[in-house]
Amino acid sequence: MQENAHPKVNGEDVSEFDAFEPEVESGPPTAMDRVRLARHPDRPYTLDFIERIFDDFFEMHGDRAFADDPAMVCGCARFRGRPVVVIGHQKGRSTRDRQHRNFGMPMPEGYRKALRVMQFAEKFGMPVITFIDTPGAYPGIDAEERGQAEAIAFNLREMAKLRVPVVCTVTGEGGSGGALAIGVGDVVQMLENAVYSVITPEGCAAILWKDSSQAPRAAEALRITAPELLALGIVDRVIPEPGDGAHNDFDEASRLLGDSIDEALAKVGAMRPEERVIARYEKFRRMGRYSE
Amino acid sequence: MAWFRRKKDSDVPTVQPEGERKTVRTEGLFVKCPGCERAAFKRDFEANLNVCPECGHHLRVDARERLRQLFDDGEFVEFDTGISATDPLEFVDTRKYSDRLVDMKRKTGENDAVVVGVGNMGGSPVVIASMSLDFVGGSMGSVVGEKITRAIERAISDRIPVVIVSASGGARMQEGTLSLMQMAKISAALARLDEECIPYISILTDPTTGGVTASFAMLGDLNIAEPGALIGFAGPRVIEQTIRQKLPKGFQRSEFLLEHGMLDDVVERGRLREYVIRAFSLMQPAV
Repeated sequence: MQENAHPKVNGEDVSEFDAFEPEVESGPPTAMDRVRLARHPDRPYTLDFIERIFDDFFEMHGDRAFADDPAMVCGCARFRGRPVVVIGHQKGRSTRDRQHRNFGMPMPEGYRKALRVMQFAEKFGMPVITFIDTPGAYPGIDAEERGQAEAIAFNLREMAKLRVPVVCTVTGEGGSGGALAIGVGDVVQMLENAVYSVITPEGCAAILWKDSSQAPRAAEALRITAPELLALGIVDRVIPEPGDGAHNDFDEASRLLGDSIDEALAKVGAMRPEERVIARYEKFRRMGRYSE
Repeated sequence: MAWFRRKKDSDVPTVQPEGERKTVRTEGLFVKCPGCERAAFKRDFEANLNVCPECGHHLRVDARERLRQLFDDGEFVEFDTGISATDPLEFVDTRKYSDRLVDMKRKTGENDAVVVGVGNMGGSPVVIASMSLDFVGGSMGSVVGEKITRAIERAISDRIPVVIVSASGGARMQEGTLSLMQMAKISAALARLDEECIPYISILTDPTTGGVTASFAMLGDLNIAEPGALIGFAGPRVIEQTIRQKLPKGFQRSEFLLEHGMLDDVVERGRLREYVIRAFSLMQPAV
């Protein structure tokens, strides 16, 4: 595990959210404003949502092979009376807790634990609810040695096969493959100020402009905000946040999120399992833009 | 659809005819091996599948040359030649993505970073998707995602085994989250292939990183790699900057992955064709 207190993604310090100031005083938030909101230190995290949306939650630990990964939280709960499994990235609040959670960046065993819990859900016919909030899967020597790429790839393939309903929500940072590895759902939704990207704006700017201070331009160019991704057909729904962001009102943010999960489950829960698997396939099959 | 054959002879050195001043053009005649740094005849490299005859270093080869090396007599029928990238995000960095695409097409003569075809290997049909690093770094955008997905779907409907030869820096930034979703799209197609018990061999070549490794390249029934290939999720530079340490020698190379249980084997280029033919002959779906 890393020792430094600042989360690093693609070598870029992504902790400058400590002082959030919108770029423009009025008008809709810019892409970079959304990035800062998504990384806001007071934003509700997976366990905050679980506490407010679910009953009887108990956590399931470990991948049964190597370790338990605190950056990925999994467990069983009741959602409005119905048994479900919940899976989500978890960031920490205090410096110590942030280190313990590795800034929400899972190791391969985090993804393998998530898959184990999904297969548990499959066995007992429980819907899978996931919350996505990670800068990315952890890029380190140990992660590579234990097959970070394989762990993510395997989840992508196996999630496509699940017969139970899968509802995924990007609640904060949707950081590339590390986000998608718990994001292959029948319904994929985003909170209003969440972002979902193939690379961090800082990482993209460092590669394309050779200058990570160009991150706001990269954030704009990458089209990573919820409304843009809705227009591109990558997400199905944008969930509004209370006031100027979910950090202001955890209860109301959770209520809105809970209601949207309820509606999504009602929709995909009504389908037969085989229909659901086909519909999920078709949903991702359509993604992409090209000419022919 | 047409049968494709090797058409470029321009790399062969030419000697001026008799009577004129006798000069031999030497530019492009020699290559310096990046492995042992010795200069050698390019011809000798090519005759040896672009592997250094001295030290065994594997040079990078493009998608089409790879297909010629793998298929019987180098012959195959190419699919989906007409799919090409648009610029759905109207992405501009230091240049417009749309301009970059025009340049890439002119420079490489390809429409995108993957060539897909069907042909025979050892007399039996195989669908192969082969990536080229020289088209936007072999990156995976919508076109790569679509062509590989179609190749897998075709293999399912015709019940033909699949080989994917990876060479890629990962997902293509210029198509943003659409590129990321290609990982899910291809993996979903591989889920169907898996359930249909149709064999798939993933061949990882230098370099295979990012979203390509974290999706189809690691999902083979057999995952094999050429010697010395860089294979990983995060690139070495990103890891170094994250942990602020130098990386150990040989880290993220094929042999390292083999040692850590991520590959079935490391196979030299000269043995790849024979390996695939032999493996597929044993991988028959259970009745």
